[in-house]
Amino acid sequence: MSAIVTDNVDEKRRRLLLIATSAAGGAVAAGVAVPFFASWFPSARALAAGAPVEFGLCAREAGQQVTIEWRGKPVWILRRTPEMLEALTKHDGVLADPESKDAEQPDYIKGPTRSIKPEVLVAVGVCTHLGCSPTLKKEIGAASDMGADWPGGYYCPCHNSRFDLSARVFKGSPAPKNLVIPPHHYTANDTVVVIGEDRKA
Amino acid sequence: MAVMTPKPPVTGAGPLNGPLTWVDQRFPLVALWKSQVAEYYAPKNFNWWYYFGSLALLVLVIQIVSGIFLTMNYKPDAANAFASVEYIMRDVPGGWLIRYIHSTGASMFFICVYLHMARGLMYGSYRKPRELIWIFGVLIYLTLMGEAFFGYLLPWGQMSYWGAQVIINLFGTIPFIGEGLAIWIRGDYNVSDATLNRFFALHVIALPLVLLGLVAAHLMALHEVGSNNPDGVEIGKDIDPRTGHPRDGIPFHPYYTVKDTFGVAVFLIVFSVIVFFSPEVGGYFLEYNNFIPADPLKTPEHIAPVWYFTPYYAMLRAIPPMFGSQFPGVAVMGAAVLIFFALPWLDRGRVKSIRYRGTKYRVWFTLFIISFLILGYLGVEPTTVWGQFGAGVPLIGGDYIALWVARVLTVIYFLFFVLMPWYTANDNERPEPARVTF
Repeated sequence: MSAIVTDNVDEKRRRLLLIATSAAGGAVAAGVAVPFFASWFPSARALAAGAPVEFGLCAREAGQQVTIEWRGKPVWILRRTPEMLEALTKHDGVLADPESKDAEQPDYIKGPTRSIKPEVLVAVGVCTHLGCSPTLKKEIGAASDMGADWPGGYYCPCHNSRFDLSARVFKGSPAPKNLVIPPHHYTANDTVVVIGEDRKA
Repeated sequence: MAVMTPKPPVTGAGPLNGPLTWVDQRFPLVALWKSQVAEYYAPKNFNWWYYFGSLALLVLVIQIVSGIFLTMNYKPDAANAFASVEYIMRDVPGGWLIRYIHSTGASMFFICVYLHMARGLMYGSYRKPRELIWIFGVLIYLTLMGEAFFGYLLPWGQMSYWGAQVIINLFGTIPFIGEGLAIWIRGDYNVSDATLNRFFALHVIALPLVLLGLVAAHLMALHEVGSNNPDGVEIGKDIDPRTGHPRDGIPFHPYYTVKDTFGVAVFLIVFSVIVFFSPEVGGYFLEYNNFIPADPLKTPEHIAPVWYFTPYYAMLRAIPPMFGSQFPGVAVMGAAVLIFFALPWLDRGRVKSIRYRGTKYRVWFTLFIISFLILGYLGVEPTTVWGQFGAGVPLIGGDYIALWVARVLTVIYFLFFVLMPWYTANDNERPEPARVTF
């Protein structure tokens, strides 16, 4: 193997070619990685499953909550009693964000009730801390097992976050924000709530 | 192509001399055997702490073999996964045994790795020239955590589901990219079939390959620089001129192969007792809530990770949200693991082994181990475990005792590392002996 020529080697040119080849190869590798990276995003099927869902409100009693599934997440629909609504304005001092300024909610959700119809709360039942689903503790006071001053609300068993019946977080909870209110609207006759879609103009 | 020099024929293998000679002329069989096993000189003063490296390797093999057989009946499909695990448990002949071996192996892997790491800490096995062995080791530990996390989703029970939900949402707290990142990891808006399927792929092929590569690198680096020992003295400094081997070294084979075989026998007795008599280990190896199928709409009353993650989980819970984000807790948890990488450069002690370390190091080391253990305990229990304190005290009154204990211990955990350059630099160390003691 004495045919290897060792003289007249242009080291600079060789290094340049080496860098150029490596860079081109690296760019190609990065390009090829794109479809693999993209394959981890939600598929067309998963996106389709994120479509709006409808729920009939007709026979819901006051104080009753139902949980429905939207995008694989629990969505609560709670019909609040007049006492529950009355209690909502009385504990602003212990709420982290009583006005829901920092909360994820549509523009048309305002005030302490955080709802379109005052009595119907529609909220994503996923704790803003780490995604567990809090439990409804709707009884007011000691009957709730949450202490005598409990105004009614939700309790997250994972890390003890507490929310009121408008899904607003109490101070001292690990959850940083109020629960999410999903985009939703009612159909013309007000009997069906559509979750995942704002009211069409 | 290497220059061919005739190799001497293989001797000492009886009737196999012929075939082995044929192989050795085409593959560095004898050279590998000698350099890695028969003439790899290890210090002669290894104690029982030195079992856990070889035992971790044994568990790796157990996990790979039992895992391969589990995949033959398991279905990575949200609609079928839970039922397929029950099918393995009830209908597949010996399936229950294979699954319990795999689930017990997971916890035993962490027991071996934690003891192996504790050994490395005590005897300074991460110190120069073994920094890379340590770094490969920490990478193995990280990969193992990923492997355990991905595998834990597969039975698709309540703890599988909600554990994955919480851990993926940890990434969701990263500023700016978090939410998109969490969706990217899940492949959906919630933990779902897509998540299960990709975790299966990562658990059964991607991470095991990474793990095997890292283990190979860990062992190659070890055999390049040689093993440390309980005295922390380098046996390579004292070579017997007659033999050319370290005076304080003995060949790995047969001396340590025999010793490790004894360790394996004891280990397998313990392993079998768990597998056959108490595979759940009171809910610590297999959590009771995981015998309930995953329900995306209902979180179990008390969720906690499996025991090997609980020290970090306790830290996560101990850090309050700051600036309207849970990210600080996540960052602390991540830093608690990643800080191990820096260890070789934080330690300025003149001796390696705890046997000759001074009072300061011993105190900090003890505090560190105690913090780790208590944090591990607190991570298993709900924050309410020790009740509340000081009702009425401003600012912290009425908080949970366990929460504040976890905060203090988290600080101690980090101070062990962060203050190390100072407390090791001027400690009242004793001089190392010239040769190993035993």
